[in-house]
Amino acid sequence: MSTPLIVTRQLAKSYELGGHVVHALRGVSVEIAAGEFVAVMGPSGSGKSTFMNLLGCLDTPGSGEYLLAGERVSGLDRDALAAIRNRRIGFVFQSFNLLPRTPALENIALPLLYCGVPAEERERRAAARLAEVGLAERGHHHPAQLSGGQQQRVAIARALVNDPVLILADEPTGALDTLTSCEVMALLQQLNAHGMTVVLVTHERDIAEFAKRVITFRDGAVVEDHAVEWPKDAAAMAEELRTAQQPRPGALA
Amino acid sequence: MNVLASIRIALRALRINKLRSALTMLGIIIGVAAVITMIAVGSGAQQRIEDQIKGLGTNLIILMPGSTTAGGVRMGAGSRNTLTEEDGYAIQRDIPGVQASAPTLRGTGQVVGGSGNWSTVFYGVTPEYFEARNWVVAEGKGFDMADVTGAAKVALLGDTVARSLFGDADPVGQVIRIRTVPFTVIGVLERKGQSLGGQDQDDVILMPISTARKRVLGQGAGRLRTVGSVSIKVRDGEDMKEVEGQIRELMRQRHRIQQDREDDFTLRNLSEVLATREESSRIMGLLLAAVASVSLLVGGIGIMNIMLVSVTERTREIGLRMAVGARGRDILTQFLVEAITLALIGGLLGIVLGLGGSLAIGHFAGWPIHLGMEPVALSVGFAAAIGIFFGFYPARKASLLLPIEALRYE
Ligand SMILES: Nc1ncnc2c1ncn2[C@@H]1O[C@H](COP(=O)(O)OP(=O)(O)OP(=O)(O)O)[C@@H](O)[C@H]1O
Ligand SMILES: [Mg+2]
Repeated sequence: MSTPLIVTRQLAKSYELGGHVVHALRGVSVEIAAGEFVAVMGPSGSGKSTFMNLLGCLDTPGSGEYLLAGERVSGLDRDALAAIRNRRIGFVFQSFNLLPRTPALENIALPLLYCGVPAEERERRAAARLAEVGLAERGHHHPAQLSGGQQQRVAIARALVNDPVLILADEPTGALDTLTSCEVMALLQQLNAHGMTVVLVTHERDIAEFAKRVITFRDGAVVEDHAVEWPKDAAAMAEELRTAQQPRPGALA
Repeated sequence: MNVLASIRIALRALRINKLRSALTMLGIIIGVAAVITMIAVGSGAQQRIEDQIKGLGTNLIILMPGSTTAGGVRMGAGSRNTLTEEDGYAIQRDIPGVQASAPTLRGTGQVVGGSGNWSTVFYGVTPEYFEARNWVVAEGKGFDMADVTGAAKVALLGDTVARSLFGDADPVGQVIRIRTVPFTVIGVLERKGQSLGGQDQDDVILMPISTARKRVLGQGAGRLRTVGSVSIKVRDGEDMKEVEGQIRELMRQRHRIQQDREDDFTLRNLSEVLATREESSRIMGLLLAAVASVSLLVGGIGIMNIMLVSVTERTREIGLRMAVGARGRDILTQFLVEAITLALIGGLLGIVLGLGGSLAIGHFAGWPIHLGMEPVALSVGFAAAIGIFFGFYPARKASLLLPIEALRYE
């Protein structure tokens, strides 16, 4: 196998808070190959988000090394990190983070604005991604006019618009109900089936079981890392939930 | 990120907080409007003085009788009748640097003619007067020395007098009565407008000096041929000071004034007076513009304030933009464009208000207004500069945020 997409070596990060030091990460070394679907789990405060922010080049590590597709990322300057976020990584957040009062299409096209794609091309690509997440008719709706699940799908379309190599999702289902969560997970599974690498943070075991590999954190370190033999099928589960919610035809008769 | 996209983002952001944007702009609107209005009023005043200098000629000297001392109290200039018609002719004859020297008698009286009557000022003058005071005959003709010798009852009307008596009809050839004496109108003078003191210079009648003396003012033939003043125009290229000195010398000789005695006449160089006034009106204009700029500065600070608020409010938005690939300079551009847009829209509205205000002042207060392109261009430039200057700090602050901290901001 070729070089893994993600390699971290002794990645550490600590914060100073009022005189005493919080070790959010204490030397994390993992490798993630292209095409994997990884769920990161662990109790609150165990460093999952910190780890994800480092993978996403949103934050810089205190020490250790991070290689993305063989390229050493730690040590790059702000603009180079911005370019990596722009072209290689797609983010999905728990709170969606869509721009308010801005149509869905423009939200999706946002990353393209920062790499010089002309307006028509932006619109075309955004519309294509919106159709892929099943919201083709909602292009001109503002976030406030969409449900939570729809907003998250728009956010996923935005993450995909610049053809990244990696999707990072920090608790993408944290604000959604079970059915909508399943739908979002189905979308991520479908992307992964087409070869996209997905790293997902969750503290729900149900959600983690949709992934192919689960890494567990405790106190800023990896305590468990195992493959899931039979990942659940999110699309099938969503279908099941939908039929269960609908009143059975003839049940009243 | 291109500028067009930045402008669209800026306009959306400004639309979201309509009232706030409008109030922020108000500072710039008032500032720019004030600057434009003040400059229009200031340069209008200056323009008028310049016009007057042109109308007067830049090389006019007025010779007037001197002051008298009565019981230790000095009376004003012209309180003694020491100046004669012959003094005026002598200056014309003996001083080569003088282009025209015109002795003048002044009087006031009621004029009847055409469809009405009018109270006005008349001057008895010689033909040189037209040259000395830059009067142009608009219709009809002027008079010559023969009319002066013969004390012809002919008159030229100033524009105001002509209009008051005859309306739109042609006064040339008509008969009018000045203090009951019948005159034939032989010409109408070209308009000059207001004088320095705001007097209407066109409210005037000109006639031969001899006619004024004998037929209207009724001074006997035996008396000294005194005059009120002599208007002297110095030839172009001559040194005003030098010619003034020659006139003084000649007058002292003619009036037989001893070495140790004071002049019994006064020489006034009107263009100098005007130059001083021009200077002071220029300084006044600058002062007004400076005061107006202060309000522009206050408007700029308002923009900075709102931009700082906006950056703080939109910290998460900034974090998100950074997360999807915006570089520091993209964020800087975005907020700078927003500040400039705010300032420029305010600036343009301010220009409209300023131009309207200037025209209104010109119309209702009757002040002279001068609207040039420069203050407009200056204000636009100034507004943009304010946007850049006061927008830069908040924009830079935004661009230096760390992506993760901005995203986490609450
Ligand atoms: N900006 C910060 N300043 C100070 N301490 C921080 C900061 N960010 C995180 N921490 C600390 O680092 C540790 C790890 O935080 P992190 O957000 O990675 O946890 P997490 O695993 O994502 O938890 P959760 O499941 O609750 O989201 C925590 O103890 C937290 O208090
Ligand atoms: Mg977290």
